[in-house]
Amino acid sequence: MTAYLLRRTAFLVVSLLLAAVVLFLLLRLLPGDPANSLLSVGATPEQIEAARHQIGTDRPLPEQFVSWLGRLATFDLGESFVSTLPVGPEIAARLVVTVPLTLLSFVLAVVVAVPVGFVAAHKANTWYGSVLSGVSQLGIAVPVFWVGMLLVTVFSLSLRVLPAGGFPQDDWADPAKALTSLTLPVVTIALVMSASLIRYVRSATLDVLGSDYLRTSRALGSSFARAMWRHGLRNAVVPVISILGIELASTFLGAVVVESVFALPGLGGMLVKGLAQHDYPVIQGILFVSTLVVLVIGFAADLVQRLIDPRLRHSLARDVR
Amino acid sequence: MIRKTTSLFGAAAALALALTACGGTGGTASGGSAAPAGAYDKDATIQIGSLYEPQNLDNTEGGGQGVTEAFNGNVYEGLFRLTDDGKVDDLLAKDYKVSSDGLTYTFTLRDGVTFHSGKALTSADVKYSIEKVVAPDSQSARKSSFAGIKKIETPDDHTVTVTLASKSISFVYNLSYVWIVNGQAKGLTTSEDGTGPYKLGTWKRGSTLSLDRFAGYWGTAPTNKQVVFHYFTDATALNNALLTDAVDVVTSEQSPDALAQFNGNSNYKVNNGHSTTKLLLAFNDRKAPFDKPLVRKAITSAIDDKKLLNSIWGDYGTLIGSMVPPTDPWYEDLTKVNPYDLTLAKKELTDAGYPNGFEFTLDTPNYDPHPTAATFIKSELAKVGITVKINIITADQWYTKVYKNRDFAATMQEHVNDRDVVWYGDPDFYWGYDNPQVTAWVKQAEESDTADQQTALLKKVNEQIAADAASDWLYLYPQIVVASSSLSGYPLNGLNSQFYAYGIKKSA
Repeated sequence: MTAYLLRRTAFLVVSLLLAAVVLFLLLRLLPGDPANSLLSVGATPEQIEAARHQIGTDRPLPEQFVSWLGRLATFDLGESFVSTLPVGPEIAARLVVTVPLTLLSFVLAVVVAVPVGFVAAHKANTWYGSVLSGVSQLGIAVPVFWVGMLLVTVFSLSLRVLPAGGFPQDDWADPAKALTSLTLPVVTIALVMSASLIRYVRSATLDVLGSDYLRTSRALGSSFARAMWRHGLRNAVVPVISILGIELASTFLGAVVVESVFALPGLGGMLVKGLAQHDYPVIQGILFVSTLVVLVIGFAADLVQRLIDPRLRHSLARDVR
Repeated sequence: MIRKTTSLFGAAAALALALTACGGTGGTASGGSAAPAGAYDKDATIQIGSLYEPQNLDNTEGGGQGVTEAFNGNVYEGLFRLTDDGKVDDLLAKDYKVSSDGLTYTFTLRDGVTFHSGKALTSADVKYSIEKVVAPDSQSARKSSFAGIKKIETPDDHTVTVTLASKSISFVYNLSYVWIVNGQAKGLTTSEDGTGPYKLGTWKRGSTLSLDRFAGYWGTAPTNKQVVFHYFTDATALNNALLTDAVDVVTSEQSPDALAQFNGNSNYKVNNGHSTTKLLLAFNDRKAPFDKPLVRKAITSAIDDKKLLNSIWGDYGTLIGSMVPPTDPWYEDLTKVNPYDLTLAKKELTDAGYPNGFEFTLDTPNYDPHPTAATFIKSELAKVGITVKINIITADQWYTKVYKNRDFAATMQEHVNDRDVVWYGDPDFYWGYDNPQVTAWVKQAEESDTADQQTALLKKVNEQIAADAASDWLYLYPQIVVASSSLSGYPLNGLNSQFYAYGIKKSA
């Protein structure tokens, strides 16, 4: 296991480095001059040149890359071209919104999707099994911003029970207030996310239900519940966990849309603005942190899978030897 | 992922960008009034909704339109203040004198003014503040208007003397854009040290910025205790905030469709003020076929501006037929100069040597209302045989392709500043209008002895560019402030992106 951890960590570091290179180069391939964001109609040619010099885009690319990487090594993400403010602290401040939003949505989605998916599979031949399955299919097709707007219309504009958007100025100082602000966004993401999760849980459960080992276990006298608990669940959960890893990562990235609909000061809004303004340090910083988060989630999902599934553990142990 | 997010949010983000990019200034605004002013809560907090978050808190370091909106007159004050009708009032300058040759200005500072940090205002701060705007690395949108400053002296703590290289009748007006900051203050991109009626509370980036009443203010105290700007990237989210009472007022409504839900609702008041933002169809006057005034006139006459304005803004907005909005002193109605008249347009095209029309590419910024307007123009011009190819570009591409490289035939752009007709006197400006007479008039106007003289000359400029159809001025944007009926005393015009908050009253 130690060898596995080491190898996996090395892989993580190399991936991050590669990501850094790709991020840097891809952004530079985009057409456009970041200095333009600093200008207004009436800017003189001298001001345009001064703007380019100020943000350093007049320096050669390799030099810009090395200086970025050097600072990255010390966890310094640099300063925004546009605001001249440091990127790292702003990302940290935004994560205070984006991380709880992602995690809460994720937990809610799992809590909804697992039982519903199970019932949809177990009762696949009943009318409500089909309805659940159909509804989840519909859920996949619905765009997340539309769900958000619908919820706002119902719960904020008509019923007036929840805020339409925004986040407390003092963040989590009053947790109840912060949670209230996050309620609709969390429900929005969870609804859309659980729709696809239900599909995965359902198909994983169906596989298990039709498996030989479950039948054998029942034949040996286990009750359905006991057979499911001892054998079914453990088997069904393995593919679901790898999907969960991906879903969690995509929720984190997909929060962009929901943050805009609900005017939340999260990472998404910062990224969209950074993109529009060609603010390289901001884009690089956010994408780098996102990459890190996604890789770590993948890492964690792998680990959990390994802990649950002895087959993976053992095959790997042989590999390493 | 980059592609995905931009396509989803391209429009909103680009809108925000473009507005900040072109933003920065020109105009006036101050306490208008709306609801009946009865008893009001002296310690109210006013929640203000806006689409324009500051980039940072320094307007010489690219703070943009957002910081102008939040800070001008509220946190920072100039030597002078622009009033609602575009006039200039004394503010931190108690008085000023101009030498007989018009080159030396002597300003006397108001007594008893202190910065939020407690330091007293001195002439050194004024000198520092002006120099900050004209410094080599300054990103101030107003930098070029101060190019004529030769030297700034401070004979004593209460007196500032500025010597100009040439006469400049707009000098005092231009000074109203210069924030007087504490010369010793540091870190002004995230903090402030001004003399205004409010000091900065907290700025939570991406979300809110609060201003608290400053107890040591030299002038009349604000009629509220605190104002909080709430920033949105999505116009719908902003309107929802107003509908759910999360904000009390929206500084500038940019979503015409949303007005229906506030109009005819007694809980809200929709205020139709004056803006200075003009939508231009700008030709590249250097290149054929737009080097011929007749061609430009023909195009202007072939487009039904009234129909265009109506389809975008409904009953709001104004047709002006030139670059000068009604709030500029040299305004006159020039909508009749190149009237909407297809027969006239066809005749002008024939006279110009294009009886069968021609084809040109219209570089169109990708955010509203440009693509809509471009499509309209395309169909209008088809009626006189002109084929328009619409080329959609980003705000960023606009700056590189059109503004810097002048690589375009025609383009669309919103010009937000007041008093910006003077750009037609600069043959090097992106649209390349080169009329030596107009250039001379603009220069003479700036060197005028009296405002009347300046006004007379700029009227001539305006008439001439309209006669030459230097550009096609499609319409003047409306400036719409939507507010809760419990509010009064908010600025109606918000020209120049300013939003003076100190007179806002919330009924008790």
